[in-house]
Amino acid sequence: MTACPERTLSLHALADGELDGIHSAAVEAHLRGCPACAGEFDRIVAVRAVLSNDDLRHGIPVDLYSRIVALVDAEINLMSLNTGVSPSRPIWSWIGGGAVGALAASLALLIATPQVATPGLEDELIASHVRSLLAAHLVDVKTSNRHIVKPWFNGRIDFAPPVVDLATSGFPLVGGRLDYIGGKVIPALVYQHRLHRMNLFIRPAPDSAVLKARFDRRDGYGLMHWRMDGLDYWIVSDVEQVDFETFQTEFVHHSRQ
Amino acid sequence: MARFGRAFKPRQVFSRPETEARDTASGPVDRERFDRLMLPHMGAAFSFARYLTRDTGAAEDIVQEAFLRSFRAIQSCRGNEKAWLFAIVRNCFHDWVRTHGHFRMQSELIDAQDHSDGPEAILERQDIAHSVRETVEALPEPFRETIVLRELEEMTYREIADLTHVPIGTVMSRLARARQMLALLILARDEGGCSV
Repeated sequence: MTACPERTLSLHALADGELDGIHSAAVEAHLRGCPACAGEFDRIVAVRAVLSNDDLRHGIPVDLYSRIVALVDAEINLMSLNTGVSPSRPIWSWIGGGAVGALAASLALLIATPQVATPGLEDELIASHVRSLLAAHLVDVKTSNRHIVKPWFNGRIDFAPPVVDLATSGFPLVGGRLDYIGGKVIPALVYQHRLHRMNLFIRPAPDSAVLKARFDRRDGYGLMHWRMDGLDYWIVSDVEQVDFETFQTEFVHHSRQ
Repeated sequence: MARFGRAFKPRQVFSRPETEARDTASGPVDRERFDRLMLPHMGAAFSFARYLTRDTGAAEDIVQEAFLRSFRAIQSCRGNEKAWLFAIVRNCFHDWVRTHGHFRMQSELIDAQDHSDGPEAILERQDIAHSVRETVEALPEPFRETIVLRELEEMTYREIADLTHVPIGTVMSRLARARQMLALLILARDEGGCSV
């Protein structure tokens, strides 16, 4: 007693309400005269009944909603920074008086900073770090939640930097920022260590070599560079060298988990 | 006048030109549309991603990315918001598979181990919804995706065909095959239950 194979799809379509009146009537007429197909139809209806339970949907994790809303808020903030200044409003009123002072101060500092012979990448990184402390541009997306920072970078840069929160090691994640360095947009992760800020800059490396962490001090700021997994990393901060080393070890450890 | 007429044309699809007419900044309007059209479907989008990945963390990442993409592109959403959002979730899922190939294989391996104690063992568990969910998750693709879209999200054949880029006939045969597999697993349990 097997159902008519050529009718199978029609039985499913009838159960799904996908048949028009004429075809429904034809299939129903067939069911009355064919016990095998009628049995098959009952099985389809029974399977559908089991699957109609609302509990079969997976419930959303508690904080997913607020995380997505926070992501969109950050997106809007960035849009208003990029495009929100209307021509009729002078830029100074938009930034606000305090920021102008900070900007002037940072310019003064940059001018006063003794320049090494060629203003290379390291100098740009330090300048970016200094700017981030003075102007109101420490972070574009302010959150310690790496699940917000990481997707926030998506679509803005063409690689995915590892984002980890190191709060348990004494380096809580403050947020993320985009900066324009060496002619490229590169992401910076901002961490805090006691009262000090640390900027971690990441960008694709020119080759896949692995370079051990190397510490350097310039203009009173510490700078540490290493290369692994095809990415170049720089930390800039005014913390002690031992803190650089701890941070670097912890970051490598957590980003590889 | 002509300029404004053109500027607001996309919004007339939703026939609310009066409330939005004075709002010239794109940000707040985008946000309002996004909140109204997209946020109500978050539960369905997460459930869909969870069935596709069979992994909660991956589903979260995919849904976050999908909602961000949907916000950026919200102006191009014309009717049937849920199907539009699901298409984005699906793209994010396929991107995720591309970048997490090894992870995917790991989860398949774990699933294979789960199967070794048999569907009967799974179905013996107390919570019926839970065991049915596991049974659906055990279905191979593309049957799993098709049955989830039809039974849980109640999409029409046409919507599923458009979303998964296959002819309606393929949707129908996948659905029939999925139900055939589920009937073996689910109804077998019911018959076992009758004897108690």
